[in-house]
Amino acid sequence: MVPSNTNTNEKTTANQKTRWNWDFIKYSKYFYTFSILVTVIGIISLLVFQLNYGVDFRSGSNVDISAKQLSKAQIQEVMNEAGLGQRDMVITPGSQQSSVRFSDVLSEADQSKLQEAVTSKLGKDASTEINTVDTEIAKELERNALIAVLVASLGIIIYVTIRFEWRFAIAAIVALLHDAFMVIAIFSIFRLEVNLTFIIALLTIVGYSINDTVVIFDRVRENMRFAKVKTRQDLHAVVNKSISQTMTRSINTVFTVFIASVALLIFGSEAIRMFSLAMVIGLLFGAYSSIFIASPLWFLLKGKNVNTSKKPAKATN
Amino acid sequence: MKRIVTFIAVVVITIGVMAGTSPWLINKMELGLDLKGGLEILYQATPLENGAKVTKESLTQTALSLEKRSNVLGGTEPEVTTEGTDRIRLKIPGVANNEEVRKKLSEPASLTFRSKDGTEKEASQYNKIELVGSDFAEDGASITYDQLNRPQISIKLKNKEKFAEVTKRLAANPPGSAERQLAIFLDDQLLSAPEVQQELNQGTAVITGSYTLDEAQELRDTINLGALPLKLTEKYSQVVDATLGKLSLHQTLLAGGIASVVILLFMMIIYHLPGVIASFTLISYVWMMLLVFHFAGVTLTLPGIAAFVLGIGMAVDANIITDERIKEELRSGKSIMSAVKAGNRVSFRTVMDAHVTTFIAAAVMYWMGTGSVRSFALVLMIDIVVSIITNIFFSRYLLVLLVKGNVIKKPGLLGVKESEIGAL
Repeated sequence: MVPSNTNTNEKTTANQKTRWNWDFIKYSKYFYTFSILVTVIGIISLLVFQLNYGVDFRSGSNVDISAKQLSKAQIQEVMNEAGLGQRDMVITPGSQQSSVRFSDVLSEADQSKLQEAVTSKLGKDASTEINTVDTEIAKELERNALIAVLVASLGIIIYVTIRFEWRFAIAAIVALLHDAFMVIAIFSIFRLEVNLTFIIALLTIVGYSINDTVVIFDRVRENMRFAKVKTRQDLHAVVNKSISQTMTRSINTVFTVFIASVALLIFGSEAIRMFSLAMVIGLLFGAYSSIFIASPLWFLLKGKNVNTSKKPAKATN
Repeated sequence: MKRIVTFIAVVVITIGVMAGTSPWLINKMELGLDLKGGLEILYQATPLENGAKVTKESLTQTALSLEKRSNVLGGTEPEVTTEGTDRIRLKIPGVANNEEVRKKLSEPASLTFRSKDGTEKEASQYNKIELVGSDFAEDGASITYDQLNRPQISIKLKNKEKFAEVTKRLAANPPGSAERQLAIFLDDQLLSAPEVQQELNQGTAVITGSYTLDEAQELRDTINLGALPLKLTEKYSQVVDATLGKLSLHQTLLAGGIASVVILLFMMIIYHLPGVIASFTLISYVWMMLLVFHFAGVTLTLPGIAAFVLGIGMAVDANIITDERIKEELRSGKSIMSAVKAGNRVSFRTVMDAHVTTFIAAAVMYWMGTGSVRSFALVLMIDIVVSIITNIFFSRYLLVLLVKGNVIKKPGLLGVKESEIGAL
């Protein structure tokens, strides 16, 4: 049953090594570079193009015209008559009711001009309804969510500092914010539409990111307890070993979570398409950052400590 | 043997309870407007008079009136909640984009009695407001019948003397003159303009007109709903077509179903027996979520589903962490019994740390957030608690029963090849 009774310890380590034999710390600079690059492109894209906000975030006026079978050209004509032809608008003709969405709010004068034009062009039976879309709520939710994430980060920092140590907390929060920002950046770069559900997707990503990072850190903490860390190399080995040991779990978990969100993306409703896409991107980044950003970052923070103290680092905190 | 019997009993009973109650739970599931269709409006309340403040009482009063109104308008189980200091959120399921409903909801229906003060330009005008909404008793309108058994609406006044004074003054005008009329207006609509014959000191005014009983009842309801204490402006509205909502739900359920099958198969193939147990506890996790949703009165919305998906991910993760750990312990040469015990013990700390951290994040989001952020956070918190119960404790209980019952004799059942095992 048992192959050999000698050199079993080496055998176990050998087993681990053949599984995921890779120096995660050594190559971390490439991942940092990649993440920083995306971050910079993301910041530039946000500054230049901003986010492609969906209806929830765009204020403006919504005009519904009740008149049978209007064509786009007819509506355009009415708008020209009212002197609104040059405005930025989206016309959606319909069989009973057509709607026009202006990207800016129509003034009272514009509104009365428009109503006159509708009556003169389309006859007395045509009626209009003008609604102003207020984005205050969407903006407020966005702001609220941002504050919630920041306060939540603080809570996580406190908890992780108590259970682990502050370096783990800092690294985990950086990874978490990194993941959220990556998704924002990608949505900005590819001009994907951002609506209220996008915010929820970001929160989900934050939740997943922290969960995933803590699992790997837990292994690092455990290995630190038994390791005799005297040099940076020792620490380096501990982090690598911890990542390797949790690698199978990481891959399997990413796979299952990925399946769930991809299924939502492919088979789920149109209404949550952008939401599902944000989740898929975010979950992949969440797994990536736990391994390639958070863990090396912790090594970086802890490594300084090892070098300066020249004493064996405390295994537990 | 005893343990195997217990194991089988637990599994059979759990399956029985789940199978028996699931259809009922699914039917009872409260769906949000985004999945069912309906109208959701967020109102911002402002005082009717300048300089006044929105008080907590007036906000609650307005919310109650709104609820009453939507009930009268035929909405099914409207949900009205106040938010912050000056907002009211209204959800009416099943109502499509009904402009009529929206209009009736937010506009104050105020009853006034008016007379002519001589400044009128047209015969149909009544410029002097004699009595306003607050002069009428709350819920004071009722249906009565005149001598010919025609329905009419009687309205009680709060202050008999005031009505007496007004009617006395008007009755003093020469008979037949326009100044003798006391017009009854609902908003700006003239209901009737009877001539006042004498001073009325009973404290009850009557609106006559050739109303059918239905019309009279509608008028009574409108008057009784009265004016809202606050002015409401729509800040946000969402109208979901019922068929579109249903489609979203079906598609989302299909997606969930497909994902579940793939995940369960994956777990069973990779983790063998513990994978089978994990699949079983995952199903009981979903069932328990539905149960908690039902008893806590949680409405399932799209953000809720998002949290659910994340929850399933974390629940599977808990199983994966434990099962991986058990494999590891086995590989290091431990006996099956001690590998399962050690694996459970060590992974418990990891899973708890991960869950508690996410729980903290969810709790903060619930505390800080509004609207959909809140419902997301709530579902996530429930998720975590349920996941700990089913995917840590229940999983462990079942696995340990099997190990102690001596069912698992070979490491292969735990997904570990014998060649991988090193001895201690």
